[in-house]
Amino acid sequence: MTTIDPVNEAITEAYVTHSRRVLATLIRLLGDFDVAEEALHDAFRAALEQWPRDGIPANPRAWLVSAGRFKAIDGLRRRSRFDQLDDFAERTEIGVIDAAAWADEESVEDDRLRLIFTCCHPALAPDAQVALTLREVCGLTTEQIAQAFLTPAPTLAQRIVRAKAKIRDARIPYQVPTPAELPNRLDAVLRVIYLVFNEGYAASTGSMLTRHDLSAEAIRLGRLLSELLPEPEVLGLLALMLLHESRRTARTSPGGELIRLDDQNRSLWDRQLIAEGTRLVERSLLSRRFGSYTIQAAISAVHAEAATPADTDWREIVGLYDALLRTDPSPIVELNRSVAIAMRDGPAAGLALIDAILARGDLVDYRLAHAARADLCRRLGHVADARAAYERAIALTQQDTERRFLERQLADLQQPASAAGAGKSRRTPSRQGEV
Amino acid sequence: MKYLCLVYLEKDKLHAVPDSDCKACGDGFRESGVLMAAEALHPVETAATVRVRNGKVSVTDGPFAETKEQLAGFYLIDARDLNEAISAAAKIPPAREGSVEVRPVRELNA
Repeated sequence: MTTIDPVNEAITEAYVTHSRRVLATLIRLLGDFDVAEEALHDAFRAALEQWPRDGIPANPRAWLVSAGRFKAIDGLRRRSRFDQLDDFAERTEIGVIDAAAWADEESVEDDRLRLIFTCCHPALAPDAQVALTLREVCGLTTEQIAQAFLTPAPTLAQRIVRAKAKIRDARIPYQVPTPAELPNRLDAVLRVIYLVFNEGYAASTGSMLTRHDLSAEAIRLGRLLSELLPEPEVLGLLALMLLHESRRTARTSPGGELIRLDDQNRSLWDRQLIAEGTRLVERSLLSRRFGSYTIQAAISAVHAEAATPADTDWREIVGLYDALLRTDPSPIVELNRSVAIAMRDGPAAGLALIDAILARGDLVDYRLAHAARADLCRRLGHVADARAAYERAIALTQQDTERRFLERQLADLQQPASAAGAGKSRRTPSRQGEV
Repeated sequence: MKYLCLVYLEKDKLHAVPDSDCKACGDGFRESGVLMAAEALHPVETAATVRVRNGKVSVTDGPFAETKEQLAGFYLIDARDLNEAISAAAKIPPAREGSVEVRPVRELNA
């Protein structure tokens, strides 16, 4: 018989609640990721020894930071690495004795931001930024990250080791960027979070379960960042992820087939996530300092508030694409805008815009450009053009679920006006980006 | 900590930035105490490459890698950390035309 030990439970809880915060502070105090990680483990080992004897401390987090810091300094002394200790003292706050100077709420929250910005430093390779963020900020194990990204664990471990070595050798500082640097540096952080989210959302390969965990982790990161640094684009990205996430169960069939936005069962959409996402979009828009994440989230929110595809406010969506094109001009945004124009003004108007993009030489090898073109041709009754465009899109597609989706479209085209197709007669263009 | 800022430029842009701009940049660094050394280089065609193999010296012309950008000069700076080094590198005028590689200086273990 095992009895529930309240002290052990408190330690487990302290690990879940505080370990990332404690690590973030220890990295600042000790100036080295590896030393801080070792200190974190030592601190919890000390808690296992002392808390059952002395009781649970009033402020477990401060206790853990203090224990970790003490153990690290003690360890360095015992190994007589005084030179290293001097080096630490020179560039860190190890000499700070006053507990209030490092354990107060504000500097501890700053530590979490410092950790995020350091892990996402642009001098680190993008894949290293992702791995390090998931490892250090989210606390995922190397094995978990390797599994999620379908990378061999030793490769991933080495990526993390190299990133930490670079932080140390090039002396990447542990700090929140200055206001002048912030916009650029924040972009890098948001890019990492969105990449993690998409890796989980696209589910192009690998088991659905681990991939879903990545999206959940990205949303958790987004929430953390929006608490620490509620900049409009931080809120915008969180909103965008929540709105995408709200459609997760509706966007694939039980067999794993992709279901387009217009064909999704909207009663499966998560209303709570939509409400939260929409509130965040509104907050960000009010700031008037929003950017492309917020606009994309706003587009997603317009879709979310339509009870049926026919209720979609295409006028509003076209307006938002116009704004997106001004903030973040790209042929892909232009393509999406063309599809929205097709919905507002009819397929011919959209097709003319897409053909103009392709005639310019942009997106000629982009599968979704041909998929969208195929759909508009089909709606205009240009069957031969539609078939050629579907075939081009299929040839360019790497993803299995997407290819099967396009092949179904092509097959439908070749058997027009079948009785089975009657229920789906009001087909709208494929907007894969918004599925 | 010392960082070497290596300035790379394409051949036809070697003189795109007036010397006076580069001199002003170096003077600014010197005044703020950042600068340890800075020089501009003649183009790669003027270079000789030296190797010693089995005690024998061999000399060949030019650099041995065919790259679009070539080393055009350097600034050795003293900065608190990489962020400070990066913000100094961003002020080097040829950064607008080519690129500046910021490399931390390694202390020899001897």
